[in-house]
Amino acid sequence: MSLRLLPYGDDAVLVELDDLPAVLGYHAALIAAALPGVTELVPAARTVLVRFDPARTTVPSVRTALAAVTPAAADASTGPLVDIDVVYDGLDLAALAIELDTDPAEVVARHTAPTYTVAFCGFTPGFGYLVGGDPWLRVPRLATPRPRVPAGSVAVADVFSAVYPTATPGGWRLLGRTAQAMWDPTRQPPALLAPGTRVRFRSVPA
Amino acid sequence: MIEILATGPLTTVQDDGRPGWAAVGVSRSGAADRASAALANRLVGNERDAAVLEVTLGGLHLRVGSPTLLALTGAACAATVDGRGVAMTSPMHVPAGGVLRLGTPGTGLRTYVAVRGGIAVPAVLGSRATDVLAGVGPPVVRVGDVLPVGTSSTPVPGVDHAPVREPERPVVLALVPGPRADWFVGDVLAGLAAGAYTVGTASNRTALRLDGPALRRVHDRELPSEGLVPGAVQVPPDGRPVVFLRDHPVTGGYPVVAVVTAASLDRAAQLRPGDEIRFRVGRTIGA
Repeated sequence: MSLRLLPYGDDAVLVELDDLPAVLGYHAALIAAALPGVTELVPAARTVLVRFDPARTTVPSVRTALAAVTPAAADASTGPLVDIDVVYDGLDLAALAIELDTDPAEVVARHTAPTYTVAFCGFTPGFGYLVGGDPWLRVPRLATPRPRVPAGSVAVADVFSAVYPTATPGGWRLLGRTAQAMWDPTRQPPALLAPGTRVRFRSVPA
Repeated sequence: MIEILATGPLTTVQDDGRPGWAAVGVSRSGAADRASAALANRLVGNERDAAVLEVTLGGLHLRVGSPTLLALTGAACAATVDGRGVAMTSPMHVPAGGVLRLGTPGTGLRTYVAVRGGIAVPAVLGSRATDVLAGVGPPVVRVGDVLPVGTSSTPVPGVDHAPVREPERPVVLALVPGPRADWFVGDVLAGLAAGAYTVGTASNRTALRLDGPALRRVHDRELPSEGLVPGAVQVPPDGRPVVFLRDHPVTGGYPVVAVVTAASLDRAAQLRPGDEIRFRVGRTIGA
């Protein structure tokens, strides 16, 4: 595994890794390491942004500590396990089944089988990118995004699954919907899904 | 309480922001010019992170419900209380029912109004900052709003006026290298420092969008989205740099070539469309 430490101003270092599994393992290890002065970790597809309090530590100290972190296994997440109840009646389910040369029931069965992990968040508050899905279900996003995807939409694109926390434009393929709130600033925690959270989807009747 | 009679183009409630939520998609937000907001709070004896009003291009009119100590900092504008002129960076006592009116600043963009006790609207995730990008925090201030005011137990400093040095023009922003400087042709920071840039009209609390010499990349590889910080200088495919401010997205998919230092970022927050800027490589002593 290679690890590159990239400069990012006076209170941050960007750690670049080989791929998403390496990010998951390194991020899990960083959480466990709880480095002094580090205030925030922002994982992404290939990187972890490490922000720190410059009153408590320095760029060289943080770089030294980051280089000494031993990554955990990519599937080592011990984050909370969340079950999400989904009504699988999404706008793209039928078309996706035809595209994959099967029926909607198999798409649902394959989507509900794995335990996913939130790799990172972004796009809008509470939008988690879930990995660990069945590679058979890897599909491109829509050529033309929809101007409005309803809140609670359960969707797939590329290697990811996600639940739209709020109504936004979006180009992912819609499999179904959930009534569970992904994002509620009055709740503790406000985001149901944070990096490291493990997720199972359960098919429920409409 | 204070009653809002006019807001100008945009008035929001801001404090020191909500650090610690970027991993779930929410950046820190908070006053765009943190030093000015902190000075306003100091002048009225508030904690430095008390909530203030951030007024964009002036035009705020408000009425106070009870005798109140106020202070104005940031972009200097002609201001009156009940028709009499009042000074910037000087605490002022306003009687019950008194009306403060802000004109349009001649230079600069954001004026801060601190009220002793702080604006006491409900906090969201531990902060009263309005994040206009993420849609988190109190709503944007509207005409007719009645905003509660808190209490402060810290003493009011015996200061009549806090002189503030006006930045040189054009404003110079200090840069340090960012994570993707090597994606660009030549010594890209030196290139930025050699160019004359102008603040574009699409600028807001999220970012300054700059017009000027385009930066050229050495390849057109795709960049998977990665974390952003305030001050990150990102270069989209058209080569024209974008400087992220407090309400930045938590991640971005274009290379970040440099980072504007914290002290310079407060100055960046006072730039308005059409203003010229220059970059300088390295930290600025004493700024």
